[in-house]
Amino acid sequence: MASETVAFYLFGAIAIAASLLVIAQRNPIYSVLLLIASFGALSGLYVLLDAPFVAVTQIIVYAGAIMVLFLFVVMLLNAPHEDTEYDERVHPLMRPGPMRFGAALALLLVAELWWALGRGGDSGGFPAGAVASVGAIGRSLFTDYGFAFEVTSILILVAMVGAVVLARREERR
Amino acid sequence: MTPLLVAQLVLTLVVFVGLLSSAAAMVYVERKVAAFIQQRIGPYLVGPKGLLQPLADVIKLMFKEELRPRAADALLFGLAPIISATAAFSAFAVVPFGGETTLLGLLKEPLRLQVADVNVAILVIFAIASMGVYGIVLAGWSSNSKYSLLGGLRSSAQMISYELSYGMALAGVLLVGNSLSLTDIVHRQAGTWFGVIPRWFIFLQPFGFLIFLTAGIAETNRAPFDFPEAEQELVAGYHTEYSSMSFAMFFLAEYINMVTVSAVATDLFLGGWQGPYAESIGWIWFLVKVAALLFFYVWMRWTLPRYRYDQLMAFGWKVLLPVAVINLLVTAAGVLYFGL
Repeated sequence: MASETVAFYLFGAIAIAASLLVIAQRNPIYSVLLLIASFGALSGLYVLLDAPFVAVTQIIVYAGAIMVLFLFVVMLLNAPHEDTEYDERVHPLMRPGPMRFGAALALLLVAELWWALGRGGDSGGFPAGAVASVGAIGRSLFTDYGFAFEVTSILILVAMVGAVVLARREERR
Repeated sequence: MTPLLVAQLVLTLVVFVGLLSSAAAMVYVERKVAAFIQQRIGPYLVGPKGLLQPLADVIKLMFKEELRPRAADALLFGLAPIISATAAFSAFAVVPFGGETTLLGLLKEPLRLQVADVNVAILVIFAIASMGVYGIVLAGWSSNSKYSLLGGLRSSAQMISYELSYGMALAGVLLVGNSLSLTDIVHRQAGTWFGVIPRWFIFLQPFGFLIFLTAGIAETNRAPFDFPEAEQELVAGYHTEYSSMSFAMFFLAEYINMVTVSAVATDLFLGGWQGPYAESIGWIWFLVKVAALLFFYVWMRWTLPRYRYDQLMAFGWKVLLPVAVINLLVTAAGVLYFGL
């Protein structure tokens, strides 16, 4: 096997194993760290796809910025280990209704994945090598995918306004 | 194995050992400069002029007992200093510190004085810097001690706040340099304007340089921004519970981060290895510039008092970040208008 194939299976295995372990952990800090490991493996896959810019951006944005905030929140809230009998019995997400809803969502996700993967490679895609160039990514982001980009910006802006509104203390009069 | 590959492996080893000894040298310089500023003599007993003091410190640290609080999370407690030290070492891998050399004709193909030539080197440094935060945060959390936790939380808040300005200052340079590769950026700084002023980006990006230096001090947790380990409030911050070699790893990481930030600032703003006779002695120019920046760091530490924590946060978000954004906008407009 070529070394690239070996690397692909290695990174793929790490990504899948780490992602599975994320939901198998009872300590939220370990979940966060395993998610970072999974992002790191994904970044390795991007390098194999000849897209170093995307790989590094993946590390900076997800593994760096977002996961630090996750860790920050988990540490600040001091989220408890979910290993007591009490948790299993009383936790609202452990009741039958929410669990059935979750199962339905999981089935839906599998169906969606099946459909999406079955469609094949008719997504247009980039010409070979273009993904590596930062200029090419920027140009396509602001022209071909301009609408999606702007909609995402507005979505993030709404989330920011929401966070500020939620976090703001009411002034006492 | 081709001779070039051997040379590259040797170069990697040299960089590794060089970083280690630069940390040792910095410990000595720091203590001597501090002593000079405070009108003391500083270390003078171990070796001539106290030059062997760092060695004595390392031996002392090695023979200390490795302690771990009983309530600590054993795995993460052990992992945290390793993450810190690894991130510190790996960031330097993409920093070029000289042009190409054939080692006085020993090699047929020229060897590039850089461990790994990545075409997105600037972003790699930024990414690894953001990974280094985890070492500190995890050390703070896993120690299960209030001082450590507060130190870890402060450090993550501080690093997230200053990373934004740091990134904006980097973006300004890569607009002017029109590349993400540090080697290209240094090559663009060759030559002079009007025959006197070197074509360094510090003259095109003076605000970018100041922002980069300030954010760099905050990123490396140095005084006057050393809140994660503010002695008067937090004992020793995130590494309160660490002793012996695991403490040494944090210590090492801090000094190596300082060297890396100075080296990156040299490549981005001070023309890297450009200077008279850069073809042959470029790396000496590089070392001189890095040493000057390192001295500046030490000088700052012993001159300025520590700010208050809310002042640090207010400064980061309300002064440094807006200035960095404006700097980026003006740079982008300038590059577009003058077509640099």
